[in-house]
Amino acid sequence: MKKAPTIITGTVGMDAHVIGTKIVSRTLKDAGFNVVALGMQVSPEEFISVAQETNADAILITSLYGMAELDLKEFNEKRMEAGLGDMLLYIGGNLVIGRYDPREVEPRFKKLGFDRVYPPETDIVEVIESDLKKDLKAKGKM
Amino acid sequence: MDDIRLLIDFGSTFTKVVAVDLDKVEVVATARVPSTVESDITVGLGEALKKIEVNTGIGDLEEREALACSSAAGGLRMVCAGFVPELTSKAANQAALGAGAKVTGCYSHKLTRQEIKEIEVTAPDIVLLSGGTDGGDEKVIIHNAKMVSRTGNAVPNIIIAGNKTAYDEIRAIFSDNSKNVLYTRNVMPEIGVLDVAPCNREIRELFMKNIIEAKGIARAKSIIKDVIMPTPSAVLEAARLIADGYEGAAGFGELIVIDVGGATTDVHSIAQGKPAQADTVVTGLPEPYEKRTVEGDLGLKYNLDRLLELVRGRETPPNFDTIVQGFHEGKLPLTDEEKACHRLLSCLTVEVAMSRHAGRIEVVYGPTGERLVQHGKDLTHVKIVIGTGGPIIFSGSCHEILEHVLFREEDPFSLKPENPRFYVDEQYVLYAVGLLSQVEPDKALNIARKYLKQI
Repeated sequence: MKKAPTIITGTVGMDAHVIGTKIVSRTLKDAGFNVVALGMQVSPEEFISVAQETNADAILITSLYGMAELDLKEFNEKRMEAGLGDMLLYIGGNLVIGRYDPREVEPRFKKLGFDRVYPPETDIVEVIESDLKKDLKAKGKM
Repeated sequence: MDDIRLLIDFGSTFTKVVAVDLDKVEVVATARVPSTVESDITVGLGEALKKIEVNTGIGDLEEREALACSSAAGGLRMVCAGFVPELTSKAANQAALGAGAKVTGCYSHKLTRQEIKEIEVTAPDIVLLSGGTDGGDEKVIIHNAKMVSRTGNAVPNIIIAGNKTAYDEIRAIFSDNSKNVLYTRNVMPEIGVLDVAPCNREIRELFMKNIIEAKGIARAKSIIKDVIMPTPSAVLEAARLIADGYEGAAGFGELIVIDVGGATTDVHSIAQGKPAQADTVVTGLPEPYEKRTVEGDLGLKYNLDRLLELVRGRETPPNFDTIVQGFHEGKLPLTDEEKACHRLLSCLTVEVAMSRHAGRIEVVYGPTGERLVQHGKDLTHVKIVIGTGGPIIFSGSCHEILEHVLFREEDPFSLKPENPRFYVDEQYVLYAVGLLSQVEPDKALNIARKYLKQI
């Protein structure tokens, strides 16, 4: 059996809304993943260096304050440069300010390198079961 | 006969001995003779002890119980190699510095052949490999172990303190290798956790068992009991004891020791370093409670050129250039003019070393306004600063020099002490207190209390 995949969680930039990432971290742990919970207000650079050192398989970012797009500008380029091109990137939450159409926002974050983009009130158990496990298996990491 | 203990420091230029009367808690004699480590360490030691014998009437009995520390023969020289610069490389560096080493090289990511050549030229006493949290990245430390296994005799000792998951493979790499390889706990077992104590113990043990032997320092053991740690480590032990106290006896509380030398300047802080302002976010690797930094480019004898660069643009005393040329040639400051020049250089050294040791506040502007981010330790509320080292002790203007550690309005982001009391280690007892703390901590503390002079 392969060892449990390592998943990094946290909120990015100056986002102090910590509940989402706590729920995500807890649920991932319960599902048997190795979780590195960085908590709130994590800089893009910290996500990258921690991913290198822990040999992480995925980063799950939660965001509520609507500024994630600004915070994650060039994140994809930086992680490519750091040799982390194979790592899965997920993001979910209130990704832009105000009411928005998730179908419009999703491609913007995909362009930033995210494999999966989720709207507010997404069920994390479903994300783990139907997407994360599948994506990790496809990469031979589970 | 009183209970007299001898405490010895084998330095690169001087062998120093302090004789302490444990019953009276008194320094009864001190001696300082030129080091003879290059030829035979016991010659200088014998001379120093003779001076003490004359003054105190002690004999073989006391000498056989004497403990020593050493920074002779280049000190304890280490190279660190980790993975990410601000994570495991930094953690390894902290571990080495905390064990009293002089870090001659610090590498990150996979070592290249060129870097291995550099390391072989440096010929460090120990190479410390870290990399990966436990269960994290294995590739870098395994690669680095392979590279280091191929080095020649210039690299005799290796300590592995990284991702434990990689240890089986690393053991296989060194299985038919003549190097002395030690395995200890990961210096960074998980993100946000620094665990340097087990690594420190390995380093000190290796120092006592192998390194003093290789450097010819162990010969001293024919006269005295043992050489138990590198000198900077003794100073750090003293700093900790003085800050924390021992059992019932309270210490001084959080403090900073600044040790200006001929080649380097050490700063030790025994302090939590938590933010003084509530809304500050601390970032980066956690800082050790007992932190040591070494400024290898700040010394009053061997690193004058670097200091002169810092002097540029400041007002200098008369005949500054000619006088400094004299210091270059090994002259000591004697006249008032010379002393003024030396004082200026000492002040600068203290100022720069303290700025590099102290943490910094960064103001980050984001979509929701500004936020204070702290890197390193906040030392603004540390109440005690102790100065040691020749340039401070013999300057005749300790207070003026030590004032350069202070927080300054012009640089509000540097978290240096705001309002400390100053002490000076007038009799050069700090290393002795550190050594004595290993056997008689309560008495060592009393010696420190008595001989550290508030100025």
